[in-house]
Amino acid sequence: MQNGKIVASAFAAGLLFGVGLVVSGMVNPVKVLGFLDLAGAWDPSLAFVMAGAVAVAAIAFAWTGKRAATLLGAPLALPSSRDLDRRLVLGSIVFGVGWGLAGFCPGPAVVALGAGKIKALAFVAAMLAGMLAFEWIERARAGAVAEETGQQTGQRS
Amino acid sequence: MSIDFASFTPLSAAIGGVMIGIAAALLVLLNGRIAGISGIVGGLFRPAAGDVAWRLAFIVGLILAPVLAAAFAQPPTVTIDADYPVLALAGLLVGIGTRYGGGCTSGHGVCGVSRVSPRSIVATLVFMAAGFATVFVARHVVG
Repeated sequence: MQNGKIVASAFAAGLLFGVGLVVSGMVNPVKVLGFLDLAGAWDPSLAFVMAGAVAVAAIAFAWTGKRAATLLGAPLALPSSRDLDRRLVLGSIVFGVGWGLAGFCPGPAVVALGAGKIKALAFVAAMLAGMLAFEWIERARAGAVAEETGQQTGQRS
Repeated sequence: MSIDFASFTPLSAAIGGVMIGIAAALLVLLNGRIAGISGIVGGLFRPAAGDVAWRLAFIVGLILAPVLAAAFAQPPTVTIDADYPVLALAGLLVGIGTRYGGGCTSGHGVCGVSRVSPRSIVATLVFMAAGFATVFVARHVVG
């Protein structure tokens, strides 16, 4: 079954991604904060993780760019937006502050959960609450916009 | 700035990075998806038919990774210094920020930079700068 292959490959990718985070040491917030502390005793390791990952992934993305479907025949769902808008910048600032406070970004936090860290559970629970808050705000805004356009059509008729 | 040579692990960092890169390559070559953790997790709050199982499978893979790594004699070192109120605040900011910003270290930092996406390059520079600034304030101004 096609969907079964998609699920299996997602599992394999997640597992390998997580092992990469463990091997690279990035699952450890203290190590990540060592990279973010430029003014202290600086640990450049994170830059080597990014370089290694980008060197490999760039080949795959370049090859994918010329194709219409994946090797499993799935459609390519890649972002096409090129807008450098306020949401992108403000969202990234808010993320960076949270990252700097605890030394966790989403991937390592989920992996640390699997390492049995209760503190990682607290972080992930708060992160899910933040993502849920985003959905509520977005839906409330979409609802307000729909209501407004509805009223305008109502006025016109 | 002084380099902390006692903590610096360039070889294991690069090897782990290559594994992350292969994982991102697998997900795009087979599934046509960006290996962005915030997007994969956040997408679960907008469940669509046929779009849930692969996300859960990827997340289960992440969670089982330390178990697999431990089986190959590399139990992960995870030291979390932040206390609970800070973890709660940080988690909230990471959750909201990554969804508004459309990605995190993996989606923008690894995949987006690999695709040479202008949005991702800007996002990566911005969240890195915000991370540097936050740690500077926390450790050298307040701390």
